[in-house]
Amino acid sequence: MKVRFWGVRGSIASPGPKTVRYGGNTTCIEIRTDNNELIILDAGTGIFPLSQTLLAEMPVTANVLITHSHWDHIQGLPFFIPNFIPGNTLRLHGGFDPVSGKGIEQVMAVQLQYSYFPVREEEMKARIEYVTLMPDQPVQIGSATVTPCLLNHPVVDFGYRIDCNGKSVFFTGDHEPPYNIYEPGEEGYADYQAFVDEKNRAILEAIRGVDVYIADTSYTDAEYPSKKGWGHGTFSTSIASAHAAGAKVLFCTHHEPTRSDDALEAAFADALQHQASLTQHMDIRLAREGDTYEF
Amino acid sequence: MSPELSQRLAAAVDGMPAFPKSVQRILELTRDVNSTPKDLVDVIDKDPVVTVKILKVVNSAYYSLPKQVTSIGHAVVYLGFNTIKNLALSIAAIGMLPKENSAAFDVQQYLLHSLATASIAKQLALKVDDADPMDCFIAGLLHDFGKVVFAQFMPQEFKTALAQSAADGSSLHAALQATIGADHAVVGAMLVEKWRFAPALVETIRHQRIDNLKDTDMIACVFGANQISKRLAFGFAGNHRVDELPPPIQKRLGGNLDEVINALGDLSALFQEAQVFAKL
Repeated sequence: MKVRFWGVRGSIASPGPKTVRYGGNTTCIEIRTDNNELIILDAGTGIFPLSQTLLAEMPVTANVLITHSHWDHIQGLPFFIPNFIPGNTLRLHGGFDPVSGKGIEQVMAVQLQYSYFPVREEEMKARIEYVTLMPDQPVQIGSATVTPCLLNHPVVDFGYRIDCNGKSVFFTGDHEPPYNIYEPGEEGYADYQAFVDEKNRAILEAIRGVDVYIADTSYTDAEYPSKKGWGHGTFSTSIASAHAAGAKVLFCTHHEPTRSDDALEAAFADALQHQASLTQHMDIRLAREGDTYEF
Repeated sequence: MSPELSQRLAAAVDGMPAFPKSVQRILELTRDVNSTPKDLVDVIDKDPVVTVKILKVVNSAYYSLPKQVTSIGHAVVYLGFNTIKNLALSIAAIGMLPKENSAAFDVQQYLLHSLATASIAKQLALKVDDADPMDCFIAGLLHDFGKVVFAQFMPQEFKTALAQSAADGSSLHAALQATIGADHAVVGAMLVEKWRFAPALVETIRHQRIDNLKDTDMIACVFGANQISKRLAFGFAGNHRVDELPPPIQKRLGGNLDEVINALGDLSALFQEAQVFAKL
């Protein structure tokens, strides 16, 4: 299996001299199974450079798994070049949005309105299919089994576990571990805590023993209190869940858009040092645009 | 009940507005940067309309849960606070349940009765072995949900049934059976079953009539709480008749109606809290 990072930045594309080493594109990860089937995790701006490489292997069947519908995870979709060429297939997978009452087709429909993009969906030459997924209900994509896991973000977010030939990857999309909204001693605390514990246990089980764990690691511990409830993880939460689930390698991603490469490396070094008891025997890396990991 | 009626009522609930106080509080809290998730949950779980709509979403086939979600707190953990907040905002945007309706059904008194029943059912759950206090709260809150649906969407038939029950002290269930062909328990249970609510919740809402009870701890708590709030006149939901607890329920709750009321102690704080919320 092969994992390649095409976009590792959170929230908004952040090109420029300060992000040149880790990259400024928003979330997009290419997965190749051992049979070379193509699975793409999220369609942030990183999907545009990825799509250019696909022109060499047409016809393309791209299985895109959308974690959630925020811009930085879907914005590259209209620029997915194979869409404009007959014979290709884009199969878009994702969850049902209870607030809009719509399935995954909405992420394409909202972006291909004529006021915002010159080519309408009807004019796309490729075959475009939509598969709305349900949590914990595995689907087969070629030789891979994909299992969505409902995580915690302002909009419904699926983490995806991909299992294939005994190898596995888990990607969180955007996720903040749920926490108790009551204070200890308040009425409702114990009941709520039981729900939180159950949820966190279920998430850990979904990640259990993966070869590659790619986790939303937006913030440092110092930054977190002012960002609580925004739906993102920290170095500490990613390290803790990787350790508890027994993940073999952890890639920290969704880098904060204002963080320079130097600051990112400093924050990472600091986190490793502060959590030395957990991290000394772990393989932990910062996700970097262009990097490939084969296993 | 005909499938057409069931379809019509279910569709009608989608467009049904919530109670004025919760609409107002939801709008205030979502604009207030200092408000906490807890503040919003405290508002949502006191409004039968908002509660129904949120549980309906989280229990829908789109999430195919292995076990139904029966509390708002659980819904928040499951779908995330912001999703619940935005669902609440969408419901608030529909408008407010009008104080007056052509059935002459007092929705403020209805809400008071529902809230009091919910809180008492939650307390009674502590006396029995096999009833979850949160589930009893929700069941108490929703046990008369069918009535507020009738008031909105079948006001003339509902008005006739209310008048008949008031005139001769007969059961509202029987009057509704005659005018609509289904009483509020049947309609309430039908709706929540259609929306895939937990079987125990559906069963509890369905079996609230003295001649149609089932012997479970949860039904005992909600039936008992319903009679207590009627006896103590905590709000009013159109049914004048207060039933004595039948022997199986007495056994579960540890006494007859008066004994259970005495054992609960002073309920004035509980009632005052409900009053604050139900004030239109």
